[in-house]
Parts: sequence; structure tokens; C-alpha cells
Amino acid sequence: MKKILSKIGLVFALLIMVVSLGACSQSSSGAKRDVLKDDKQSNTITWGVKADTKLFGLMEVKDNRIKGFEVDLAKAMTKQILGKNGKARFIQVTSQTRMPLLANGNIDAIMATMTITPERAKQVDFTRSYFDAGQAILVKNGSPIKNVKGLNHKGAVVLGVVGSNSVQNIKKFAPKARVLQLSDYSQALTALKSGQGDALTTDNGILYGMSIENPGYSVVGGTFTKEPYGIATAKGQKPLHNAMNNALTKVENSGQYNKLIYKWFHNVRGFDMKGAER
Amino acid sequence: MLTVLGAYSWVNIKFLLEGAWVTVFVSVLSIILSYIFGIILGVIRYVKIKYLSAIVGFVIDIIRNLPLILILFFTYFGLPHIGFKPDPIWASVIAMAVFESMMVAEIVRAGIASIPVGQMEGARANGLSYWQALRYIVLPQAIRNMIPAIVSQFISLVKDTSLATIIVLPDLMNHAQIIYGQNTNYTIPMFLALAVMYFVVCYSLSLLSRYLEKRIGGNNSKKHDHAVEQAIENGSDA
Amino acid sequence: MISIFQNYGGELLTGLGQTLLCSIIALFFALIIGSIFAIMETVPNKAARIIARVYIEVFRNIPLLVITMFFYVVIPMYVVKISGFASGTIGLTLYSSAFIAETVRSGIQSVDPGQMEGSRANGLSFWQAMRYIILPQAFRYVIPPLGNQFINLVKNSSVLAFVAGFDLMYQGNVIASDSLQSMSTYLCVGLLYLILTLPLSYYMRYLEKKLA
Repeated sequence: MKKILSKIGLVFALLIMVVSLGACSQSSSGAKRDVLKDDKQSNTITWGVKADTKLFGLMEVKDNRIKGFEVDLAKAMTKQILGKNGKARFIQVTSQTRMPLLANGNIDAIMATMTITPERAKQVDFTRSYFDAGQAILVKNGSPIKNVKGLNHKGAVVLGVVGSNSVQNIKKFAPKARVLQLSDYSQALTALKSGQGDALTTDNGILYGMSIENPGYSVVGGTFTKEPYGIATAKGQKPLHNAMNNALTKVENSGQYNKLIYKWFHNVRGFDMKGAER
Repeated sequence: MLTVLGAYSWVNIKFLLEGAWVTVFVSVLSIILSYIFGIILGVIRYVKIKYLSAIVGFVIDIIRNLPLILILFFTYFGLPHIGFKPDPIWASVIAMAVFESMMVAEIVRAGIASIPVGQMEGARANGLSYWQALRYIVLPQAIRNMIPAIVSQFISLVKDTSLATIIVLPDLMNHAQIIYGQNTNYTIPMFLALAVMYFVVCYSLSLLSRYLEKRIGGNNSKKHDHAVEQAIENGSDA
Repeated sequence: MISIFQNYGGELLTGLGQTLLCSIIALFFALIIGSIFAIMETVPNKAARIIARVYIEVFRNIPLLVITMFFYVVIPMYVVKISGFASGTIGLTLYSSAFIAETVRSGIQSVDPGQMEGSRANGLSFWQAMRYIILPQAFRYVIPPLGNQFINLVKNSSVLAFVAGFDLMYQGNVIASDSLQSMSTYLCVGLLYLILTLPLSYYMRYLEKKLA
């Protein structure tokens, strides 16, 4: 019995080696399959969306569903790509988890307030922009900080989210400030309310959502970067990428896009509706 | 005061209970899995089979000494590289099961080692094979000794499910965070609810452990008791 | 993996340092608090025993993350501002102290009760007997399990990642998002944790064997 088991042991060892080698080589199985074809077969597109971002994608406590502009836009685009009965499946992502999940194929596309940047474009393919945001800061009402320059001194603490490019930008605009990166926006907002930082920085659209829910906090100083949001698909998925761009154009031309902008942003104080409509 | 009481509206309670259900689901499933695999791995480690025991021992030591959060990342981000794409719930179940199996295996190894060698020798002298003696004589005694330690490990497991919020597991912790994230007035009520709910589950488990300890403790020598105590303390979490 | 070490070596080292710092501070205070409650559990005074029991059960049965988030979110909102690192370290201290109390208590109780009776009979007070006779023996007994508690502490310090405590896990998350190579980054982080925990773990097993 012991001899048999020791042979099993050898096989087991070989197996571990093969598996770990497979894992190291970052297998390309994800790139080989045609995601669009699979989605048409299953009649479902799996989207990675935010669940902690008011206006874009927020988990509703009442019915445990994610609601927001991006969720609605994803549904409209799914119908354009798969037809009337096409289903959109939503998976919650954070800025930290979205890139690995797309690379691994857990999700087909990311629509999660993700700015198109050259570094990210090396890893994923972006559609053209579906929403133009800009980075801003949120502070407590009555705070001495009036704009991003007010943060550029020793001792200032800025809150951001792991994996968002706002934390990189803020280092350029306020290099002397200390940046704390929390795991998602609801954590970052809670930290701001607990006084763990002087300001919270991310894109204005997200911050507007926060200030609606929390009247004691406001967006100050306007935007200091341009943040065009794109839908990310995995590299090598040209058919899906093209379908996404076409679907976006169709949704825009049909007037659906402007309806969604109106639905989500018409009563947001300080939001430029005319600039956002297409 | 009214705003604080609003925290316990039916909508919020329902949302918390949905989270609690995920916590229980993940915990129960990984407890069952880690109990089975933990015993198998613990025995393999104890019996000193060429290659196999050494490799299993090495793997156990590596995984035991990593933080659970890393294991969660490895299952959620790493498993898809070998063709399996778990959602957060299954990724958590797998990560917890793997991590806790290693903990249970270590407890089982220590447990078998605490059984006097005479037991094995006596059984062999009575004509049982090595495996029969292990299966029918040594292992039952060892597991009986180990039950308090194993239960205490499972208490850690329940608490540790809260760490899976980092891969967005919709559990009790995550749902409470969503609620107080959307309304600051609910922060203290939510922490109170979290503390009470986790405490009730974990404390009842630890009462169960004490009950089992008393019921089976009668025929143990002092040496065994100490081995059990030690294993309880060795049993660890994240 | 090598490229991660080359590009982010500084961040990883800072993280390693913070993790070690937080673990050592937490171990120091958890040892003191834990021993106090362990002794309280063994004194004749019933009220002291109940207080100790309640403290230990509360902190043993609530997740570390809940305790830590409480200090990061609730305390600053209503009482006093605490940084992420500090709230993580406080949470870790309280949580671990409950486990250390259990370990030390079992050590004290494993010392033959005859020892206490004997020293009392020889004219020592309860506290003198505890201080000079019982505790030195108990501590020798509990060194291996305490070592294991320290390993747990190092691993548990990864909750600092939830409160931006700049520990190893936090740096790992930041590097993974920055380099977009999550698996290689987390492998590096795992390696660094093992450097802290694995030698200690083997040493404790050696000690256990020696003392057994």
C-alpha cells in the first residue's frame, strides 16, 4: 500500500509542477476563444459594473440590484448586439478587481467608470468614449480647501481608490499631499466622513453622486483632468470590440443615450447636461 | 434617535439577512470540505509515505503560513489561468476550504501524534495491518481528542469569511458596509448588528465545542488534555 | 516576478517593515493585556473572573475586520481621529489579546495545583506564588503556542490593507493595480510573508518537539 501511495505521490508532484507552470505561463486560453460568438450562443453578455457608485452603478438595498447610468447603457447596448431578447448579466467589480477579471474572462467587458489611458490600452482594448468625466475633489462643507492646489502642502491627506487613475493624477497636481487608497468608493467616502482625509478625489460624475446623498459635502474647484470613459474588452477580441462601438453609435443616434443622460443626471446640481448630450 | 432606529427598517434587515445567508452558505460548505480534506491530508502527513507525505507537508506549511487574503486573491484571480472561473461565492468557498483544510490537517497530525505509540503496537500485535490499526484504533481516538480544536478552527473560519469582502463577496460584512456607506447615521447600528450576528454564531459554536469537550473528555489522561489545549492555540486564522 | 521586485522593491520593503512593526507592537501589548486577563481568570475573585471571561469571549467571537473597521470608521466619527495604521494595530492587539489570554490561562492551569498550595503553605501570598512560582513555569509551557500566535498576528496584520495601513498587503494591492500584473505581484507578496512566518513556524515545531 505504501509503495502504491508513494507512486501516487510522484504523480501528484508532477501534477503540481504542470499546474504551476501552466499558471506561470499566463495561459492564453482566454485570447483564443471568440467572446462575441460565445455570447451570441448563450444570448448573454457579462458586464463588469460598479456597485458602489451612485449615478453609474449602485447596489440598491431595497431589491439587491445594481442600478445606474452604466447599467442602463449596458442593457441598451446588449439589446443592440444580441437583439431584443439579449440578456445582460452584471458582475460587481471594484477598480482593483476589474482588470484581472477581464483578463481571466470572468467578464466579457468592463463598463465601470474606467478612464481610457495609454497604459491601460496596452492591456485591454477600449471603445471610443461613452461619457466624458473629469477629475475633481469632494470636501466637507466649510473646508478651507477650495481646489486641488489647496491640497498641495505637507500634512494634507487625499483619499482615493486602489486601481483608479485618479490616485496617479493627484500625485501630479498635489505632489506634497499624502494619498490613502481604499478598496472601493463606499469605503473611501466612509473614510472621508470619519475624517481620515481632507478630500476625496475621483471623477466629478462619481463625486456628484456622493454629494447628492450627503448634503454636507460638495464638489469644489471644478475639474482638473479629462477622463473619457471607455468600455474595455480583452485584447484580441476584435469582433466584440467592433460590435460594442457600433452598438454605442446606434444607442446614441436613436436618442436612447440622451434619454438615459436625462434620467440619471437631470437633477444633479452643477452637472453640464448640454455638454453631456450627444 | 429616529434616524438611528431607521437603520433597522425591514428593508435593511432583509438586506443584512441576505448577506448573513451568504456568510452561512460559504462557511458551512467550506467547513464540510475542509473537515474531509483536512483529515485525509493530516493522515497522509502523519504516516510518512515516501515523496507524498513530504510534498503534502510542504504544501501545508506554505499555505498555512500565508494570509487568507492572499489565498482569496490566488483563487479569484489565479484559478481562471487554469481554465476555471469561479464567481466570488465559489472563489471564497474554494479559498476557505483550501486554507482551512491545511489548518485542520495540522491539528489532525498533532492529534495522531499525541496518541501513545502503544496503541498502534498493541493493535498490530493483535493482527491488524498498519492501515487497519490506523483506521479503527488510532484515528477515532485522535479525532475525538481533536474535536474541540477543530470546532475552534471552524469558529475562525466563520469570522474569516468577512475578509472575502475584498473580492466583493456579498456577505454580511459587505452588506453592512453598503448600508452604512449610503447613510452615515446607520454606522453605529450596523456595527452593533455585525457584532451581535457574528457573536451569536461564533459563541454558539464555541459552546458546542465546550459541550463536546465535556462529553468526550471523561476518559482522557491529562497529557491528552494538554495536547488538545495546545492544538486549540495552534489552530489559527487569517 | 523579478521585474516586480526591481520596479517596486522600495514599496514592498516599506510594506514589509510596516507589517513587522505593526505585528511587534500588537504582540507586545497583546501579551500584556492577554496575561492580565489570563491571571484574572484564575484568581479566586468571581467578579474578576466574569470580567475576564466576557472580554475574552467578545473579542474571540467577533471578526478582526469588524473590530478594525470600528476603530477606523466609528471612533473617529464620534470620539478621536485615529489613522489607518493605528486602528489596524489596535484592532489586532485587542483581537490577539483574547487568544493570548486563552493560551496563558491554559499554561497556568497546566501547572500542578499542588504548586500553588505548597507555596501558600510556605507563607507566600497568592500574588507572590503567582509571580515567582506559577508564571515562570507557565510561560515555559506556553512559548510554542505563543510563537504560533505571533505567526497568526503577522498573517492577520493583512487587515491593514482594508484601512490603508501601508502594510505589505496594501502595497501589494497598489502595485498589482499599477503594474496590472496581479498574479506576479501577489506571488511576490506571498514570498515576503513566508520569509516572516515560515522560519518561525519551523522553529516553533522544533521547540514543541524539544519540550514534549
